[in-house]
Amino acid sequence: MDFDLMITSFPKLLGATVVTLKLLSASLFFGLFLGLFFAILRLNKNIFINRFAYGYSYVFRGTPLLVQIFIIYFGLGQIEYLRTTFLWVILKEPYWCAIIAFTLNTGAYTSEILRSAFQTIKPGIIEAGKSLGISNKIIFYKIQIPIAIRQSLPAYGNEIILMMKGTSLASTVTLMDLTGVAKYIISTTFKPIEVFIVAGGIYLFMTFIIHNVIKYLEKKYSFQ
Amino acid sequence: MELLAFGKTGWGDELFYATLMTIAVSITAMLVGFFFALIFTPLKISKYKTLNLVGNFYTTVIRGVPELLVIYLFFFGGSGAIMYVASIFGYYEYIEINAFITGSMAIGIISGAYSTEVFRGAIQSIDKGQFEAAKVLGINKFGQFYKIILPQMLRLAIPNLSNVWQITLKDTSLISVTGLVEIMRQSYIAAGSTRDPLFFYSFAAVLYLMLTYVSMKLINKLEVRYSRGY
Repeated sequence: MDFDLMITSFPKLLGATVVTLKLLSASLFFGLFLGLFFAILRLNKNIFINRFAYGYSYVFRGTPLLVQIFIIYFGLGQIEYLRTTFLWVILKEPYWCAIIAFTLNTGAYTSEILRSAFQTIKPGIIEAGKSLGISNKIIFYKIQIPIAIRQSLPAYGNEIILMMKGTSLASTVTLMDLTGVAKYIISTTFKPIEVFIVAGGIYLFMTFIIHNVIKYLEKKYSFQ
Repeated sequence: MELLAFGKTGWGDELFYATLMTIAVSITAMLVGFFFALIFTPLKISKYKTLNLVGNFYTTVIRGVPELLVIYLFFFGGSGAIMYVASIFGYYEYIEINAFITGSMAIGIISGAYSTEVFRGAIQSIDKGQFEAAKVLGINKFGQFYKIILPQMLRLAIPNLSNVWQITLKDTSLISVTGLVEIMRQSYIAAGSTRDPLFFYSFAAVLYLMLTYVSMKLINKLEVRYSRGY
């Protein structure tokens, strides 16, 4: 065991954690809206809109995240037309490509989580709202969405942890996140176990915090 | 389309073999995972706190650390660890492990953590009466497990195991970083030499979709088979 290496690599890895957290928070933020949007489309009665939303979540849940990042980072740059538009400013940056890929990916999973949450809402609650003369819009925003969010908290907590692990793939498109820096230190020192313990420890610590925050929220917003 | 031709002019045959490689790694990893689950599930449901701790440590660490980091650990640390063990037995030559074994071990350990959780959940949701009834009927321990608990457990575990299979299948794409030529690696090579990444990565996505679709269909059949009588 090389404890010196563990101590000297800790600040470097901690610095890289900031990149990981930035990627995670940005993709979760955009992914939540995307997920909500597609969950609402899934509940639509129009079969084409419904199918479209299902296709989106099927494709993004059925293919590896790595393929999605590579298509966006390496693939989209190939389209000549895109290079002339303002989108190119975003798409030439690996940072934004990673965020777009993560957002689309987590959006697909989130839409499934929220859809099943919407479907488990008891019809009686909506009927009660209607009989009180509340408009459909208000019922949706003030009754259905809060209940759905509470229902989906445990599953969404898992999704946050999965996404945190997913951000490690940003290292494959040259970003120096926690895994990227860990790999760099491993390949220069050839001490994989020490670096794994430190980097893995940081990841576990983040998992631990996310897990407990979700647990706290679940308790706080429980129906009992 | 000529990009996908079989033979020397296209990448069709290479991608076909790469797909077979992905399937082979996934199945090997899944089996390695079952092996780990076989060891750690009893630890997790054991009465002894120390054994529980060991089981929980395994599943928590593996499920809380990114897959890529575990793969790097195996890729850079695998041959070192084997050489260390060999040196105890007096063998000091350089040993290189092939990418297939490293990859399926790394993915297998990850998949094992998920399988362990699935099996634990399935065993715990079997009615206690079943264990007691088996004991009362005087069936020996072996029969209790293989004839009574296991068939019921499988029925409950198969839907969740199909999720584990999907996760494992998708995780194999990460082994491409170690140089094993599976779908992702082959697409990377093809994209590099034809300068057509969009086509090849999209095609890789289609291949993965096909694999997940076909395996879902097969698993659904298994599910029907094991829920006979319910």
